[in-house]
Amino acid sequence: MSVSHAELREVSKVFPAAGGQGDVHALGPIDLNLAKGEVIAVVGPSGCGKTTLLEILAGLAVPSGGSISFEGRPVRGEVPDGIGVVFQEDASLPWLTVWDNISFGLRRAGIGAAEIKRRVDDVISFMGLEDFARAYPAQLSGGMRQRVCIARTLVLEPRLILLDEPFGALDQQTRLLMGDELLRLWRKTGATIFLITHAIDEAVMLADRVAVMSARPGCFIDLVKTEWGRDRDSRVVADGRFGALTGRVWTRLREESLKSVGRSINRVPAAALS
Amino acid sequence: MNQVTLVRLCVIAGSVLAVEALCRFGVINRLTLLPPSEMAAYLVHLLVSGEINQAIVQTFSNVAIAFVLSVVFGFVLGAVIHAMPRLRRACDPFLASYYSVPIFVFYPLFVSLFGLNRWPLIMIGFLFAITAMVIATLNGLDRVPPVLVKFARVHRMSRSAEILRVVLPAAGPYLFTGVKLALAYSFIGVLAGEFILSGGGLGYAIAYAYDAFDNRTMYALMLFVLIVVTAINSALFIWEQRLLRRRGKV
Amino acid sequence: MSVIPETSGSAYVGGHDSAPATQRQSLQRLLDSFLLIVVLVVIWQLVYWKSEVAITGPIETVKTAIELLGSETFWRHALASGRAFGLSLLMSSIGGVAVGLALGAHRFSGAVAAPILTALYTIPKVTLYPLVLLIFGLGISAKVAFGVMHGIIPVVIFTMDAVRNINPVLIKTARVLKLSPSETAYRILIPAVMPEIVTGLRVGFSLTLLGVIIGEMFASQQGLGFMIINGMNVHNVRSLTAVVLLLVFFAVVSGSVLLALERRLQR
Repeated sequence: MSVSHAELREVSKVFPAAGGQGDVHALGPIDLNLAKGEVIAVVGPSGCGKTTLLEILAGLAVPSGGSISFEGRPVRGEVPDGIGVVFQEDASLPWLTVWDNISFGLRRAGIGAAEIKRRVDDVISFMGLEDFARAYPAQLSGGMRQRVCIARTLVLEPRLILLDEPFGALDQQTRLLMGDELLRLWRKTGATIFLITHAIDEAVMLADRVAVMSARPGCFIDLVKTEWGRDRDSRVVADGRFGALTGRVWTRLREESLKSVGRSINRVPAAALS
Repeated sequence: MNQVTLVRLCVIAGSVLAVEALCRFGVINRLTLLPPSEMAAYLVHLLVSGEINQAIVQTFSNVAIAFVLSVVFGFVLGAVIHAMPRLRRACDPFLASYYSVPIFVFYPLFVSLFGLNRWPLIMIGFLFAITAMVIATLNGLDRVPPVLVKFARVHRMSRSAEILRVVLPAAGPYLFTGVKLALAYSFIGVLAGEFILSGGGLGYAIAYAYDAFDNRTMYALMLFVLIVVTAINSALFIWEQRLLRRRGKV
Repeated sequence: MSVIPETSGSAYVGGHDSAPATQRQSLQRLLDSFLLIVVLVVIWQLVYWKSEVAITGPIETVKTAIELLGSETFWRHALASGRAFGLSLLMSSIGGVAVGLALGAHRFSGAVAAPILTALYTIPKVTLYPLVLLIFGLGISAKVAFGVMHGIIPVVIFTMDAVRNINPVLIKTARVLKLSPSETAYRILIPAVMPEIVTGLRVGFSLTLLGVIIGEMFASQQGLGFMIINGMNVHNVRSLTAVVLLLVFFAVVSGSVLLALERRLQR
């Protein structure tokens, strides 16, 4: 592992008591080094605090304990320059065209019109959105809208990109193709990528390392290195090692998922879960 | 023009023609209702002669002032209430039953507070309209997607930029509904105030014509009010539909 | 999107309201309502000091209101208003729900009617009151008609929207479960549209009351509206303020009850 790009030290999150319940220990303690230029994926059972972890790393949420740093500077409660975030929900601005959505951040930064046009047009052609530049998000499919959100993040040239289940709402084929897109933009930009997902195959295919989280309070219980090349794409699903890697992740995850399912269902027939 | 619009126009035209026919053939007594054509003809006469110009100016300027005040203060009040959930819960029963209180009963109070001028009437229109704007603001702010607020934070927007560039546009359609209703209620409040209480404006002119058995003037003025209010509301409705269509909400 | 924005339980989606209120929370709510009322009364007192000729102060008004509640004249007028209001409410509710269901079920008619209903909702109906008087005369029927004119449209609009927005998968479910048409209506459709209809009835309630009171304020000799306008004309500030207080009290209590019913149905 080369230079450390971002670091989490003993990060934890406790939500204070509310509505007659006691404190909820949601996350941690978690230690993690993000190497510059790697793709790391985090998988975990639902409710394990994955999104909370991402929000803490982004500076959108403040941890209850521990510290975070990005490029050597501490992160606390504010999103640092150089970090881009793509959310699970559709975050396109419905009142702006695709072009205006993508140029939104640049215009706020006070960059000259010619420079904005060059960069936005670049990103639009890279993401294959040329035909939709003048359309409104409502006219696009879910996959296209998520592309707009990714393009909007990319155009700001972030050095660390955080993605929170970005393809969660898409169908399986579109997910795989969007995964290829993500790898392509990763190779082009050289950015560090932190990806949260509930899809094990997606994590294994995209990441250099897959972090497996436990049920609440979420901690890392395994860190799986995939050792794919930089030029990988969705075809690695046909690789013999792919099955072994997903198998290892699922074995670790199965027990944890059962714990989190068991919270709401007491007796589940084994057949229903395997 | 699509089929729905066509049928709608036919329904409206048919109703007007039916009333016209019933009046012409004497099924409806002339003392009760005049044929719409006569109302329209007399309205044109009134407008050309300029007799009602002063009343028109008075009513419309009062409505305009009440409307602007109610939109501005309704939005601010809505935002304040939205920021305080406990206040909001306490206000709910009052918001829910607000319209059953005939605001007109406060006319004498407003006269004693503001003097015998246009302001008591404006206050009635204002108070009538402000609740619609408050409720619409609450609804709109409730429905700003949380992910857009996070988006604003990722872009390190100041609070004012966040409100201006994210919250307001996201709540836009709901606020627009509030603006539309605030205008309608300003009209209702001012005209009803004039009708029941005051000595001027179109509402008063209608009540005066009724008392004087001057049905021609009365119906011409009613027609005028209905046409103007419906025209303004329809224009806003069409504009709103266009905005909503862009967002894929129609 | 509905044309009439309304306070409703759905406003709290995602709030803490989804959990059943603990005892401490309901106590806090009671306290908050109490504080709000105290603030309103203080404002009232301040206004009273500013203009003593136009209203009476809170304490005096409550005293007068209690006196009124013991007087025969008041009950005569209240009964007149009550009768007109009850009849109008009955007609707005039944008529509004029936028309709304029909327009909701028949998509084409609904599409034709929707903008017309919005237009009818927003016109200043008070200007049409002389027409109502000419048709129905000066008695109770004019008041009832005027109340219905105000109250029926929101009931129609809310009911129609509710039926149009029923989740189609519910109807498919009913077919999969092989429910008969009457069972489908009783077990699926009515529970699905009920919360919206109650919202419509609450708005209809408010506006019907408004319509009846306005009707009584113009060209009438009976009812609370007449008491108010008469109070203004003969400058009987004490009785005027007390009647208004009682009216507001009635409106807010009924509004709260209907709102609570609505919230319960939305759970």
